[in-house]
Formats: sequence, C-alpha cells, structure tokens
Amino acid sequence: MQQTGSQILFKALKEEKVDTLFGYPGGSVMDIYDEMFRQNIRHILVRHEQGAIHAADGYARASGRVGVCLVTSGPGATNTVTGIANAYMDSIPVVVLTGQVTTAMIGNDGFQEVDITGITRTCTKHNFLVRRIGDLQGTIREAFQIARSGRPGPVLVDLPKDVIQSVIEADVPPAAVPPAEEACPDLERPCNEALKLLLKAKRPLIIVGGGVILGKASEVFRSFVKKLQIPVASTLMGMGAFPGTDPLWTGMVGMHGAYYANMAVSQCDVLMAVGVRFDDRVTSKVSAFAPHARLIHIDIDPVSIDKVIRADVSMVCHCGPALKTLNRLIDEQRLTLPKLQIRHWHRQLRQWKAEMPLQYCRNQNIKPQYVIEKLYQLTEGRAIIATEVGQNQMWAAQFYRFDEPNTFLTSGGLGAMGFGLPAAIGAQVACPDRIVVDVAGDGSIQMNIQELATVVHYGLPVKVVILNNLYLGMVRQWQELYYGRRYSQTDMTQAPDFVKLAEAYGVKGLRATKPEDVKRILLEGLETPGPVMMDFQVEPEENVYPIVKPGSPLTEMSFGNVRAVA
Amino acid sequence: MTDLIKERAISIIVNNKPDVLARIAGTFSARGFNIESISANVTRNPVITKIIITTLSTQETIDKIIKQLNRLVDVLDARKISRSQVCRREMILARLSMPEDRQAAVEELVGAHSGKVVSRESGSAILEFTGDKDTIEEVLNRLEALGMEDLTRTGTVFMERGKP
Repeated sequence: MQQTGSQILFKALKEEKVDTLFGYPGGSVMDIYDEMFRQNIRHILVRHEQGAIHAADGYARASGRVGVCLVTSGPGATNTVTGIANAYMDSIPVVVLTGQVTTAMIGNDGFQEVDITGITRTCTKHNFLVRRIGDLQGTIREAFQIARSGRPGPVLVDLPKDVIQSVIEADVPPAAVPPAEEACPDLERPCNEALKLLLKAKRPLIIVGGGVILGKASEVFRSFVKKLQIPVASTLMGMGAFPGTDPLWTGMVGMHGAYYANMAVSQCDVLMAVGVRFDDRVTSKVSAFAPHARLIHIDIDPVSIDKVIRADVSMVCHCGPALKTLNRLIDEQRLTLPKLQIRHWHRQLRQWKAEMPLQYCRNQNIKPQYVIEKLYQLTEGRAIIATEVGQNQMWAAQFYRFDEPNTFLTSGGLGAMGFGLPAAIGAQVACPDRIVVDVAGDGSIQMNIQELATVVHYGLPVKVVILNNLYLGMVRQWQELYYGRRYSQTDMTQAPDFVKLAEAYGVKGLRATKPEDVKRILLEGLETPGPVMMDFQVEPEENVYPIVKPGSPLTEMSFGNVRAVA
Repeated sequence: MTDLIKERAISIIVNNKPDVLARIAGTFSARGFNIESISANVTRNPVITKIIITTLSTQETIDKIIKQLNRLVDVLDARKISRSQVCRREMILARLSMPEDRQAAVEELVGAHSGKVVSRESGSAILEFTGDKDTIEEVLNRLEALGMEDLTRTGTVFMERGKP
C-alpha cells in the first residue's frame, strides 16, 4: 500500500498513543493539516505558536504523558523556542513537530526557512531533521522514546515539506524497538550507605524536587518519608510531590522559601536530595548551603550529581527505584529513626514554624496572598494551579498548599512569563474534570493573552486569577530593595480593562477592588461554568517575603514589615 | 590539583551523523571553553566516528564536560584520555622556499626528526613531520628560521598503551 509522509506521521503518532496536538498551521505543514481531516485526532488550534508549545508542556505536566505540538517552518518554529527552552529547563517531555522547506531548498534562504535544528540544538534534549520518508516512522518513535526516557525533555523533529508529501511503497512494518531500557545500577550498596547516614542523623532533612514528580514516584516517596519520619522541604518544582498539609511538610526552600525551610536546610546534619538539581534560586550562596550536612543525592541525570554540591552518597537513577530499594531495606532490616534521637530537631522545626510562618499584613487593600489563600480554601486545595512568572508565581507557591503531584504547573528553571495561560489550557485539555486556574500577574497575562480565544474556542473552563498591581511586580520589588527605589520601566499602569478585554474574547470578566469582594468574586468565578477572568486589584507595592538577596546565605532572609506584626 | 588549568584530552566515540560535531562543539562553547585541537575520522565501522579533542581546563570542568558529552544522544562513549599512558602524535605539512644555499639545512632537519620531503618543485618543497607536541614545536621553530611559507597542522591523536 502506498502511504504519504503525512499518513506515516499520523500512524507513528497513534503508535505513541497521541490523541491531542497543540498547533498552528502554515505553508510547510499544509499537507499534514490536510491529512488531519481524515485522522481521528484532536487538534487544539492556539492563537500563537508560543501558546502551542506551552500548552503541550502544560498537558505533559498535568498528565504525565508526552505533550505534542505542531507548527510550521520559519516563524512558526522560532515562536516555539522560548517554550522549548522552558520545557528543557524543567525536564518536561514534549515532542515538537516543525515544518521545513523542501530538502532541495534547505540552506537556500527559502521563504519561511530557518535552521530550527541548529537554533534549538542547545535547548532540546535532542532534535532531528528527517531527510527521507523511509526514516520518518522510526524517527518519530525515537523522538518519543528520547523525550520520555531518563531525564525527560523536549525533542524537536523537523519535517521538510517534500518528505511529508512524498509517497512510500508498501507498509513499512514497525521495527521492533525494545522498550525504554532504563539502566538501573546496583542500588543496594548506596542505599545502605544512605540509610547508615540517615539513621545516625540528629537533624535529618529531605529536599524533594521535580524529579520525583517526573519519575511518578510520589507514592513511594511518601511511604519512605512515613517510615523514617524525616521532615520534607521542597524546591519549586517539587511542590505536590509531598502533601503541603502533612505535619512533616517543611515548606519551599530558596530565595523565597519559608523561614523554617531555609533554617532547616542551613542547620540539618544529613540532607537527602531527591530529584533535585540545586538551582541557584534554591541554594543561593552555594558555600553556605547546608554547611553542616552530609549529602545524599538521588537524580537520574549524572550531570546533576556533584555539579553544584558534592554528594557523600549519590545514586544516578530514577527516584522510584532508589526509594523502593530504600523502603525494602528499611522493612527487611526493620530500621527506624529513634524518636528520641530526632525529638529536638522536630521541636526546633515546630518552633521555627511558629516563630515565622508564611504571613502578610492586612490593610484596606486586597493583599495578593489573601487571594491565593481564599482560592486555596474555596477549591479545597484540589485545583490544578498554573502560574505565570514573578510575584504571582511565588505567592501561589507559598500560599496554595499542594497535596498531589502534577497540580502545580510553573516555569521554574527558565522563568518564562506568558507560560501560565497556555499551560492551563494544556492542563484543562488533559484533565477536563479538574478545576484549572492560572494565577497571573497583570504583566505576564498580557504576554499570551491571545490564548483566551483558544479557551473560548474549545469551551475550556479555565479560570484566570490576575493579581493586578499595575507593576512588573518582582522587578519593581528588586528595584525597591536593591536599586534605591528607582522604578525603571516597571510601571504598567497603562493596562487594558481586563474585564472588558475578557468580555471581548467571550470570557466572563469579574473584578474585585476591596478585600471583602475577594471571596465573592472567587466563588462566582469558580461556580460560573466556562472560562472566567478575574481581575483582583491588589496592593500595588506588596512584596514577596521572605527574600534572600541573590548571592547571600539562605539564613539571611528579609521579612519586610511582616515581622513587626507577627 | 584539580583546579589546575592544563591541556586535557578526551576521546569521543560517536554516530557518524551530520550534526554530531556541532553538538559536541556546542557542549564546549556553552561552558565558554575553547577546543585547542580536534581530530576526527570514521573508524573501521563507517557509521562510527572517533573524535579526539584537547582543551585547556581544570579537572573538575573536564569531568563535567564528559558527563554532558555522554548525555548527547549520538555520543556512544566519551572519556578522558589518561595522559601518562599514551602515545600522542601530531602531523604537520610545511612549505618552504628552497634556494640552493638552504638545501643542506633542510636535509639535516628532515634527517634529525624523521621527516619526509613529500613534494619538491623548483625552488620550493613540502615537508612532513610527525611527533609529539614538544617535537613538533621544536621542528616548527627550526622551520620558521628556514623561512617557512605555509603550514598545516593536524589535531593530536592518542593511543593508549597496552590496552586491547
């Protein structure tokens, strides 16, 4: 039977159980879009290619499956680059299909030609240019395999138009590809060493990272923590791996980490880092990070081990197998961490939490933290929260408590404004029955605001909560604290009327201007079927606290005016 | 001394694909490191290429680069070449003008360093030398003095002693 490149592409996608594409058509991919008419596959037409890649990324984060995005050559492809870099930094499995000019034209500066494999070489896990139709099916298969295996990441496949148009004789039988073989080293020895360290510890602490969520290891992680009763702090990417409502929960570590989390890291004597790569926003001054601790480090990426902090015991493997082995050894040898040994430590942590919980001062204005607190209460902590980047992101991380993995979708490594709305779209497509909320700032929401049209187009009931302070808040905060209050180019007073804007798109728009409006507006927004955009006009110069000045030890936290009230 | 910056060599076995060299070069440039010398050619298996790179770096940096190289999909194996146990060679081709009065000195240099005269035309010759870095540097100094007109120098190749 004769098959076109387009047909083979869809066959390969179905082989990978892809049921949804996020995309935007254009000249080089018209044959693929034409074939789509005959294929039973869901396509979400975004309004900008950056929306497509972020939506595929949000789909992947919320579902744990590979997200797929399809765009045309040239500008279609370059518009995805920010989103690809974003997925790369956060290790999100995404396959990006880009159109390309014909193989004969490549290198001749054709219309809408860019060397997208060259451009994305350093921000993809791998990329391919398919030169022959015979390679197409195998390449797609390999792309998915690479995207989801090991440390996941984005893979780009560039598809020249003639390859897609050409016809191949006979059905190529699917080559027998062995399933992803994830080499697991001998874990027993390092696990025993790790347990030896942990059981001697008087002040043990675990930092959980995104690797536990990506490795689908939250369950086994929780049972490990339960066995030894070790307090758990988290990175931004690890939120949800361990319940934010658990008594052992010790909060987020880092620049805007909780006081007690940063104190715990700085005082612990054994630190176990699981699926963590020690980003500089987590460690701050590296030489002062966990200065008293022996380090146990579990990560799938050998590059992460000893990159920032030298480990005393390290395991290069998925978090799941390592934690399973630890659990087995604990059970077999009936190991426990004697209560008496860590009693002081637990007491110390309770004291730190009591001394300086995450808090803020109230006044006659809406406090952004209050909006998040109320959102948490009204959704009973069960929403999927996507965020933009900046203050909104940090307040969401601090004041929403995440009990389940895959529920906090945020641009951690790259810090890409404009991520939240399309990511929420992807999450809502993946999880149609969940409440999906984009926590946004008035700055970042405008970076991909056009995706409101997508939301309406597909009837996605995404809720957008704008913490509108009429500033680029995080940059303004740094200007206030570190640049002598010189607010250079951070005033966003010239903003659209978000309620009218929402309505223009066909989205319900709501506004709150006083603290007493907050609950009512949130309730109305959450209870209204379909998409809603809520504009919360918040305290303009509210800051995120605690804050550790970049390059300072984690113990050097500023609290603004919060301490006075506490 | 792991923080000592010195010349270090890496051997990389890769799939012979069009963009693999760009990926490897990118791994160096992304960390701001210069490739001092590079030598690459297909192995006995035409789909596999062996690349040898030397670079100036610390022990710690070279370890990180090797980890990152091993993360590349088309890299089958990247490892440090342990310098104490290797033969290393570079090759140069040099063109000299050869007036009558310089012939004897050139013959002497070729003889002293097992060089070769690979081409001789009226008034000019191309010489070939192989050797380790020190030898090549010494030959180059002599060639400069003899009025070398042009030079091509390969990357360094290494072979570990006594290994299968």
